[in-house]
Amino acid sequence: MRKLAGWGIGALALGCVLTACAQKDEQALRVGNGAEPQGLDPHTVTGVPEHRILGTLFEGLTGVDAGTLEPIPAAAESWRVSEDGTVYVFTLRETARWSNGDPVTAEDFAYAWRRILTPELASEYAYMLHCMKNARAFNEGELDDFSQVGVAVLDERTLQVTLENPTPYFLAMQIHYTWFPVHRPTIEKFGRMDERNTKWTRPGNLVGNGAFVLKRWVPNNIIEVVRNGQYWDADHVRLNRILFYPIDDRLTEERSFRTGRLDLTESAPIAKVPVYQRDQPDLIHIDPYLGTYFYRVNVTRPPLDDPRVRRAFAMAVDREAITTKVLTGGQAPAGAFTVPDTAGYTSDAQIGYDVTEARRLLAEAGYPNGEGMRPIELLYNTSEDHKLIAEAIQRMWKKALGVDVSLVNQDWKVYLASQNNLDYDICRAGWIGDFVDPINFLECFTTGNGNNRTGWSSPEYDAHIAAARRTVDVKARHDLFQQAERLLLDAAPVIPIYYYTRVYFRSTAIKGWRSNLLGYISFKDLYFEEGGP
Amino acid sequence: MRSEAQAEKGTSLWQDALHRLMKNRLAVVGACVLATMVALALATPWIVPYAYDAQDLELGASGPSRAHWFGTDRLGRDLLTRVLYGGRISLMVGFAATAVSLLVGVVYGATAGYLGGRTDAVMMRFVDILYALPFTIFVIILMVLFGRNIVLLFVAIGAVQWLTMARIVRGQVMSLKHTDFIDAARVMGFSTSRIILRHLIPNVLGPVIVYTTLTIPNVMLIEAFLSFLGLGVQAPMSSWGVLIKEGADAMEEYPWLLVFPSLALSATLFALNFLGDGLRDALDVRAAKD
Amino acid sequence: MTRFLVRRVLGIVPVLLVIVTLVFFMIRLAPGGPFDSERRVSPEIIKNLEAYYNLDAPLHRQYLAYLAQLARGDLGPSFKSAGWSVNELIGLGFPVSLELGFYALLVALSIGLAAGITAARRPNTLQDYAPMSFAMLGICIPNFVLGPLLVLVFSLWLGWLPVAGWEGIEYKILPAITLGASYAAYIARLSRGGMLEILTQDFVRTARAKGLSETRVVFVHALRGGLQPVVSFLGPAAAGLLSGSFVIETVFQVPGLGRLFVQAAFNRDYTMILGTVLFFATLILLFNLLVDVAQAWLDPRLRNQGV
Repeated sequence: MRKLAGWGIGALALGCVLTACAQKDEQALRVGNGAEPQGLDPHTVTGVPEHRILGTLFEGLTGVDAGTLEPIPAAAESWRVSEDGTVYVFTLRETARWSNGDPVTAEDFAYAWRRILTPELASEYAYMLHCMKNARAFNEGELDDFSQVGVAVLDERTLQVTLENPTPYFLAMQIHYTWFPVHRPTIEKFGRMDERNTKWTRPGNLVGNGAFVLKRWVPNNIIEVVRNGQYWDADHVRLNRILFYPIDDRLTEERSFRTGRLDLTESAPIAKVPVYQRDQPDLIHIDPYLGTYFYRVNVTRPPLDDPRVRRAFAMAVDREAITTKVLTGGQAPAGAFTVPDTAGYTSDAQIGYDVTEARRLLAEAGYPNGEGMRPIELLYNTSEDHKLIAEAIQRMWKKALGVDVSLVNQDWKVYLASQNNLDYDICRAGWIGDFVDPINFLECFTTGNGNNRTGWSSPEYDAHIAAARRTVDVKARHDLFQQAERLLLDAAPVIPIYYYTRVYFRSTAIKGWRSNLLGYISFKDLYFEEGGP
Repeated sequence: MRSEAQAEKGTSLWQDALHRLMKNRLAVVGACVLATMVALALATPWIVPYAYDAQDLELGASGPSRAHWFGTDRLGRDLLTRVLYGGRISLMVGFAATAVSLLVGVVYGATAGYLGGRTDAVMMRFVDILYALPFTIFVIILMVLFGRNIVLLFVAIGAVQWLTMARIVRGQVMSLKHTDFIDAARVMGFSTSRIILRHLIPNVLGPVIVYTTLTIPNVMLIEAFLSFLGLGVQAPMSSWGVLIKEGADAMEEYPWLLVFPSLALSATLFALNFLGDGLRDALDVRAAKD
Repeated sequence: MTRFLVRRVLGIVPVLLVIVTLVFFMIRLAPGGPFDSERRVSPEIIKNLEAYYNLDAPLHRQYLAYLAQLARGDLGPSFKSAGWSVNELIGLGFPVSLELGFYALLVALSIGLAAGITAARRPNTLQDYAPMSFAMLGICIPNFVLGPLLVLVFSLWLGWLPVAGWEGIEYKILPAITLGASYAAYIARLSRGGMLEILTQDFVRTARAKGLSETRVVFVHALRGGLQPVVSFLGPAAAGLLSGSFVIETVFQVPGLGRLFVQAAFNRDYTMILGTVLFFATLILLFNLLVDVAQAWLDPRLRNQGV
């Protein structure tokens, strides 16, 4: 009996495998999407996996060209900018529709922005909108009257936005989900405007204005979106459906890709990079990515309160060895904090590998050959890659400086708490740009910025950043950034290690792909070649 | 303190057992392998060919060669050295944490099982409660309160491992406590603690030994998980569990990174297993009476 | 017996209450809160968030509010998976874990008992060593190695089974084997030991002396007592199997409870931690209760005491 059942299961299994292969939809894209999204409400989520999904379900005023990241018309068909760069007037597309057929109006945007800025909703990413006039005051509860915020509905299809300062990246920022419109009747059908966690984001409930609509959502399993017939550019969309799989294990993701269960992955295991590069170079892709991997140094703790010591540590890191020997994913050694060529800006000041100078600085600070220096702790959040890098750097510091460094790993939340409380000596960190502008990198280290977390503070630095905010002229603005970044690297509260790359697998059958610095994917442009593999 | 006569009786019992054990060839082989492992672990600092953290980034991951018998890892570190050092950690954690769980679990389980009734119910509910506590959070909090140190590692592992042991022992004791020899001991007026320690526990050693040989590998692997939380061995030092975990992540590219630590662990576990079975047979009081 | 059962089931409630209380206050001690993230959020927003989730109230108030909510059977919203309640997420994960755990238990019991009993019948012979060594592999190879190894062989080399996912029955074979393997090894070891113990006891010898066939002796007389340790082990084991396995669910991309449990702890998703712990505790308590009943049934000596 048991034997019979065994055969039955075997046959059934074989049958399923065969049918699964036969049923593949020709225009269905299967995407490995990292973690399970925190949700699908564009106003309460904070992550990258959410960004990809929401980008298919909603559309902002403007989009960007996936190759150049230049703004292109989306829900708005055109816009005008005032002379001083602070007032934008958008004209919405007449054919823009919600997925239930309602027209997308200027009011929808104003409503959405009001919602995300409402203090009671407590949107963690609402600060993205703070470049709008009075948005911060409203968001932080200092201002109750939303009409004073810099957004005005001139008529059903005309929206005027007034900014605090000229913001060169304002249009490009519209691809971020915080700026997406939401459908008021849907939100209010399932709860109050300022209510989180309502059921409006469920399949069947969610009404969006993007190229796709939500079809299926099984947490920890799958999210499926299908073509939205109401979308203004529906004729241009060729994918019938996109299946997002939350696969947080990179090895599982790679195996899924290898056996054809995925067409596109979120990442690639380090060990697989050389293998694919050798055997199947057309499947693995290494794109530059707007992010820096660096170490924070706690400047409040001796002996790290001495900039010479910090610079010595920074100069004793052989970044070339780390990128080529340890990581092998095409990363570039980082000599500055801001990624080179960020909106045309590359830091003149660089901090590089120079053991002689590092040893001289350390001796000058009173620790020749590391003598007299207490053991330094290097903190990282648990991950195989961070560990490898830390082990390599620990060895470099020992060899070059004679300093004893011990490694400490913590789980993610404890690690964050340690950083926030300045309870560390040196710790691993990363910064991924939200938009392509140096300010997004450099403002992190202004005094009191929540992302500073080093205890470092320089009034001069703060002044440069504040001045850059008010400056329209590109050249003058970049000069201010140059001065700021030089200060930062001289004081070295950060030790840049390498510039990120995005390493992932992509099926050769996918057409219409264009890579960019932000890892932004324009799903509506993708398609499979008909009759292709 | 024991009286002289009791001590003598004890010794002869153990001598008998030892004698029976020596006749079991597999158990002897197991004991030899284990002894070798322990000897290697003790001698590690003096016999290893490289420092455990010596890197050769130019070399990177390379397969077994004359210079590196077990090959090297991605930072070009000698795997043989790392396996030997890892053995020190794993064996120590495995034995020490298991000893903690054994001691607590057996005494606790036997007491609960023997006393029965309300005491048993309360004691076992306590076990249930500990079972239900989320281990991850528990360890994180322990670390916050007491800092990271090796004693804490044993406490953390022991704290979860003794629970199942207690349940198993309790079940055994409950079925034993109404046998004639326990009744006899009770009639003779021995104290409860004496009955538990000297009469009941020796009679449940069989399953206890078996379960212990199962606990040790488990403990070695839990250690790898605790390293993930930052408790346990800190990089660049390593343990078998951690080495195996790292090896598993690149088993297709660098199989030696998985194979050698796994072999070390498996050899130890098989040896333990055979020794455990031998011990169980040798200590089986009833079988001995044949 | 019925009275005993009712009393024990009712006894679960205070134990659960103790667990909720302990865990509720314990998780607040762990560093890092549910809303800490790499991007530092402004203090104003954090304040509003805490207000939204009632995290700014005094702790004892929060506790009482949680209990009140619990009394209504509501485990609250998940902090991490916005838009889903803890009830819903557990409700989605449990059937998956139940199914996987059931298959794994079948694997574990059939392999484990077969190996253990076979071995116990001829101790210290090849018939003992071969199955026991095989069973030992289940322990020596941790599941984070066994899983990928099985995938490598059966999915990547042979192409018989899918690498990951949770759809048809073919998706469930490898995870079930991986999950069941270590339990099989435990059961094999414990049942061998238990059977050996029993086979040397007087009543078995009497049965043999009476001339009963060896099969009858083993399966009718010895099995009941010999499985004692296995049964003690099965309670926590079954609860463990059914509550899912983080490693296996991660390797095979199974949407079960195991990842919920572990990720909730890592995310400091307070409501989710409490919900999963409560659920897990209930499972454990119920299974241990079942074990106690089964033990009484297996061992006539215990039955007389009414446990």
